[in-house]
Parts: sequence; C-alpha cells; structure tokens
Amino acid sequence: MAVKLNNPADYKQNIKPYQPKPKVFRNCIRAFWTGGLICAFGQLIANFYVTFFDFTETTAGNPTTATLILIASLLTGFGVYDKIGQFAGAGSLVPVTGFANSITSAALEHKSEGLVLGVATNLFKLAGAVIVFGVVAAYVVGLIRLLFKALIT
Amino acid sequence: MAVKRKQTWQFKNDIYLSSTGTATGPKEAQGPLSSYFDQSYDDLYCGEDSWELAERRLMEDAVMACLKKANQAASSVDLYLAGDLLNQIVTANFSAKKLQIPYLGMFGACSTSMETLAVGAALVDAGFIDRAIAAVSSHNATAERQFRNPTEYGGPKPPTSESTVTGAGAGLISREASPVKITEATIGKVFDWGIKDANDMGSAMAPAAADTIASHLTQTGREVSDYDLILTGDLSSVGTPILKELLYERGYDISSVHQDCGLMVYRPDQKVFAGGSGCACSAVVTYGYIVDELTRGNLQRVLVVATGSLHSPTMVQQKEALPTIAHGVVLEAAGGGES
Repeated sequence: MAVKLNNPADYKQNIKPYQPKPKVFRNCIRAFWTGGLICAFGQLIANFYVTFFDFTETTAGNPTTATLILIASLLTGFGVYDKIGQFAGAGSLVPVTGFANSITSAALEHKSEGLVLGVATNLFKLAGAVIVFGVVAAYVVGLIRLLFKALIT
Repeated sequence: MAVKRKQTWQFKNDIYLSSTGTATGPKEAQGPLSSYFDQSYDDLYCGEDSWELAERRLMEDAVMACLKKANQAASSVDLYLAGDLLNQIVTANFSAKKLQIPYLGMFGACSTSMETLAVGAALVDAGFIDRAIAAVSSHNATAERQFRNPTEYGGPKPPTSESTVTGAGAGLISREASPVKITEATIGKVFDWGIKDANDMGSAMAPAAADTIASHLTQTGREVSDYDLILTGDLSSVGTPILKELLYERGYDISSVHQDCGLMVYRPDQKVFAGGSGCACSAVVTYGYIVDELTRGNLQRVLVVATGSLHSPTMVQQKEALPTIAHGVVLEAAGGGES
C-alpha cells in the first residue's frame, strides 16, 4: 500500500486536501460591504452633528468617532459584535468599531480579576499592538515628510 | 535484545465503571445527546459569578451525580483523579478541596478524560485502592481566555477551529459488579508532525490517535471488527477523515466503526466550526451516551481514544508545533444491566 499520509515530513503538505479552504473571495466581498456600511453609518452620524449641532465638517470627526465607539462597545457588551465579526471579518475589525471591540472585550474578559490588575492591566492586551505600531508608523512617516520638505525647499 | 514495551495494560481483575455523572452548559443541552446528560444549565455562568466558578460547579455537579447514582459518599472514595484545561488545573484542584478525597491532579489536555480513567482503573486493579473517581471538565469561555482571545472579541475564526465543550464528566471505578467493565488501556506517545496552527487541532492530533489505535490493535491481537465502536475524542470534521486515511494506509479500515465525540455532541447547524473539543467533549459523550449504550447492551466493546493537544499559547507564539497525544480505554458491556 502506498504510504502517503503516514510520512511525518510531508504531513503538513499532504493533508491540504482534507482541510476546508478559506473562502477568500466571499470573505473579501463580505468585508467590503460591511466595512462600507459601517463607514456610511459614520458619515450619517457626522452629517447629523453638522446639521443639528454647532459642528463643522472638520470638527464633527471627534463626536462621530466617539459615537461609533460607544455603539461598538455596547454591541460588544450585549454579545453581538463577535457574531458580526465572524461574518464580516476585516469589515468590522478595521474600522474604529473593531478597535473599540478589542478594548471592551478585553475589559469584560478580565473584570473578574479586579479593576486595577484585571481590567486596567489587560485593557490594551489586543489593542496595544495597534497603538504601538500606529505611533511608530506616525514617527516614520513624519520623518520622511520632514526629509522631503528639507530636500525640496 | 530489547524488552517489548508494555503500552497496553490488560487488567487482571474485573474492573467496573460503577457509575458516571455528567453536567453540561446550554449549547450541549441543545445538541443531539442532551437526554443522556444528568444535568444541564441554560446559562454559561451556571448561576455563578465567573466562568471559572461555573466550570467548577459543572465539575462538582458531575462528581455528585456520579456518587449519587452509585449510592456512595465522597468519604468512601479512595482517590480522586481529575484534570481540566486551565493553568495549574485549578478547576480540578479546587473541586478536590471541596470533595476532601485524596487527590492526584492530571493534565493531558483533552486526553485527560481517558488518562484519569486508565490510571484509576490500573490502581484499582493493582489493589492499592478500592474506589476511584476520574473526572474532567472544560468550559468554552474559560478555554477561550486561556488559549485564545477574549470571548466577545470580533476576530473571525477559521473553519478548522473547534468549539470547546462546556461541561464535566465523572466516572466511579471499582471492583463492584456493574453493567460496564473497563478491560484495557493503551497509553499514547507524544507526536508532532509539524502542525503549528492552534486553530487546526484536528489535523495535529490525528497522527497521535492513529498510533494509539494501531498500537492497541497490534498489542491486543484484535481486528477492527472486534469493536462495535472506535470513538475518538475531538478530531472534528477535519481530523476524522485524516485519521481514517492514516489507519487505512497502515492496513486498518475503521470507517465502518469509527465516530468522533466532537461531531456527536453538537448538531451540524450549531455553528461550532469543525466540531466540539475540550476534556468534557469525550467525557460527556462517553460517560453519558456510550455508558448508556453499553448498559443497554446495544454496544458490546468500545475503544475510546481521547485525543489531546499539549501546547500552551506561549509555545505556539514561539512557533513550536503542537505536541499531541491520545490515550485509549476499552469499555465492555458486562451484561446483566437494567435496560
């Protein structure tokens, strides 16, 4: 009998046919329209602030983000956001709502260990990496911009 | 000349699984085997303040149900062998504090169910003790925290991932006659065939299960057809076909007698990805459904092979492959059971 699967060295390769293939195209489509929907909803909120409150198009950004964060955190608390995330993938992970979910879910998870060592310590367990690379990337891009400015003028 | 290794233990005396107890969470209670569980909660917290306490409640409920059915008090049990998936096996430790039975904690990840049963049966057979309780637990939310992301985190899971069973199972081992006998145990070796994805435990554990089953059949001199059922713990829909092919290549066709607890405990439409996993997966199916079938005489001889992935999140992050193991225990119908 041909020994194919029983070869430990090539096992990882040979079991490929047995593993369900990730539906990349379907996932991309889902991420595209759900992500777009969240952004469109954000625009709706921004327009609301501009129309009914004393905000301009530029200053409406902050209250809009805060509102989206509040909604995402509430949905996380009610146990809905993880189900949206399973369906939408990057569509609900990339917008600010995904960032809010990562913080709220960590806070909920570690509530039982106390406010300081539980919630506060673990709050940025998942979001920490985003903040670190966000700050580092901002510095790098800022330096490049400075360099260009110095060379051109 | 090398001495032949004793990997399969054949018990010299008649060792019985005198009684069993099971307790589960809500999702398992909605599954196809719900009528075989002694107790089920309709809430993941099981009436407690934290998920860790909920898991402990399930473990204690399973042990108490097991003792009650055997009409025994905890004080008449000589040894408590228990384990779970949490750091320092805290669920087992804290339940042992409450039960006040001499205790040995065991860890074999999801294989702990059969690990505790095999060791308990061996100690009873050897005569060191008269009665032992083997118990395991797992909880979906505590396992998520231990091994994966916060439960409410919105990151999507791949289709190869498994869903940890919330529940606990306990079995009382003694030499007092009962409808289910424990006759043999095959202790597994640890394998690593290069799978590093902790979301694909079925593929990682299949080689360990294949080796334990093949070793068991060789060492007992039996055929696959001598078993009514070869039951694996949590290979899921990914690992199950791989196991069948691995054994087929070695000359064993188990496809007609094989089932996987991870595929039995939930309905296919319950959104559990590839299937159920966790210590409780094999425990609630074996101590609930299988023991009932053996008692009724619908099954005569069953090889239960509990599979486990012995990794930790740290080892996975350090890019180590998953070390996996499988332990087998043979349960036989002793006849004379109430039907």
